[in-house]
Amino acid sequence: MADAATVAKLKTKAKMLRIASVKLVYQAGSGHPGGSLSAADIVAALFYHQMKYDAKNPDWPDRDRFILSKGHCTPLLYSVFADVGYFPKEELATYRRLGRLTGHPNPKLPGVEIATGSLGQGLSVGHGMALAGRLDKRDYYVYVLLGDGELNEGQVWEAAMSAAHYKSDHLIAIVDNNKVAQDNMTAAMKNVEPVDKKFEAFGWQVYRIDGHDMAQIVDTLAAVRKVKGKPVVIVADTVKGKGVSYMEGKPDWHGKAPSEELYRKALDELEKG
Amino acid sequence: MGTPATPTANEAATRDGYGNALIKLGASDSNVVVLDAGVSDSTRTNKFQEKYPERFFNMGISEGDMVCTAAGMAKCGKTAFATSFICFLLGRSMDQILVSVAYSDSNVKIIGTHAGLAIGEDGPTAQAIGDVGYMRAVPNFIVICPADAVEAEKAIIEVAKRKGPAYVRLGRGNVRTIYDDNYNFEIGKASVVAEGNDVAIIASGIMVQESLAAAEVLKKEGINVRVINMSTIKPIDRQAIIAAAETGTVITTEDHNIYGGLGSAVAEVIAEENLDVKFSMIGVKDRFAESDSQKVLFKKYGLDAEAIAVAVKKAIAAKG
Repeated sequence: MADAATVAKLKTKAKMLRIASVKLVYQAGSGHPGGSLSAADIVAALFYHQMKYDAKNPDWPDRDRFILSKGHCTPLLYSVFADVGYFPKEELATYRRLGRLTGHPNPKLPGVEIATGSLGQGLSVGHGMALAGRLDKRDYYVYVLLGDGELNEGQVWEAAMSAAHYKSDHLIAIVDNNKVAQDNMTAAMKNVEPVDKKFEAFGWQVYRIDGHDMAQIVDTLAAVRKVKGKPVVIVADTVKGKGVSYMEGKPDWHGKAPSEELYRKALDELEKG
Repeated sequence: MGTPATPTANEAATRDGYGNALIKLGASDSNVVVLDAGVSDSTRTNKFQEKYPERFFNMGISEGDMVCTAAGMAKCGKTAFATSFICFLLGRSMDQILVSVAYSDSNVKIIGTHAGLAIGEDGPTAQAIGDVGYMRAVPNFIVICPADAVEAEKAIIEVAKRKGPAYVRLGRGNVRTIYDDNYNFEIGKASVVAEGNDVAIIASGIMVQESLAAAEVLKKEGINVRVINMSTIKPIDRQAIIAAAETGTVITTEDHNIYGGLGSAVAEVIAEENLDVKFSMIGVKDRFAESDSQKVLFKKYGLDAEAIAVAVKKAIAAKG
């Protein structure tokens, strides 16, 4: 069971990441706040608790890998990367401007394992990394963060078939199931539910959790490493835009920057939250 | 995809050169991994599978998944060969090639077999005629189309040595072996396979064979044709094109659409270098073919030695 101090620390980190994400989008004048806010708790638990890595030695062969398959959520990714030291915090000023902090991640930036931004590719890439780890007799885990809208992509299910076939138990998929895509609610557009039953039918070990319950996230991330012989998916039910009242559950806030007024309101709510 | 003829001592398919190269690479480099999308008997990756089963991954009929899996392996230090029939390999995974391989600069070799109308009877859904065009347009990629099995084997070895993305276009059918083991394949370097100064033909892949056959016929009529094997289409050998232009006439031949392929690549150099030369392209004239043997299709669609000979004579007549 997750201890209270760890949970409290991670909640503080998640709050910091949310604030930093909204700041980045506001500063750049564009970007994707909704899916960054929904995944902040999961990402905090991974980077400040579960994953083993060394930001000063990003190519360490035994590191756990993280792939942001929902590649548009760079406000969150770059916020955590800057905080853990993959690059200097001052560089955040160049987000979505010339340089390494492209709108979607690219591997010229330390910490980025592979370019993403075209949805549906990350799970296959992560599986390749898991297979390579097995060949090399390394014990690292590969975490792939997907969006629920992304599950519309057929390749996700190709990868799901492959990973089950190869019994890749060092591949951990996490679905940020925020139920909202760019255009609409995913259920109204092309329904992906029941997500858990689909993965189960593909031969995966499935966990379904509240993606904003830090204790549950921490416990689940520990539990999945005990699974042998099959890949694992954590379906994390989340709220898109979590923490900013006017963004919560709204497709409109998938990919745009707030006005100055709304930005102040967002910061205010996140600070208090 | 039908049963190919048994190779003779002087004949083999370029895909066989690939299979042979993989066995050598498997022995020399434990980081070489091979992936296939459910057609390993046809692509010859099954040879590697027999010897190195733990490093062979059959991903089933899911090319996009295969390419990205290869990219993941490459990012963990592997030299990953992702293989299938060109039509499906590229047709199903251009986005994956673009993002996970090219933009990510992954050490993935995209190896496509069954190029062009030469595959014959399976018809247009299996006849890759746009692939060189697609791949030339992708940054970070080199594009290679070997002319025989010896060159294919050497090219694969070189491509493995060079870190980074590469596309190699291979054929299904047996072709005459024109190189011997002493041939020194170099990425980006064309080779002259027939000497002559009346006309220069710049060819790739199976069309090197057809062009040589045309040159042999024309020689008997007193016309000396230089045949240049432009096996690396990107980066292209500009000096070889500049030298070819000195003959006054350049004809390109490819089993590929005339748009986007070797002909286009040579035309770009001619235009950029302001070369004073008569230029024409032999290839598939922006249309879909049909099913029949390679021989019948090459004749009907103007790719055989006879069509090349006619084009050469026409060019010489125009010179006056």
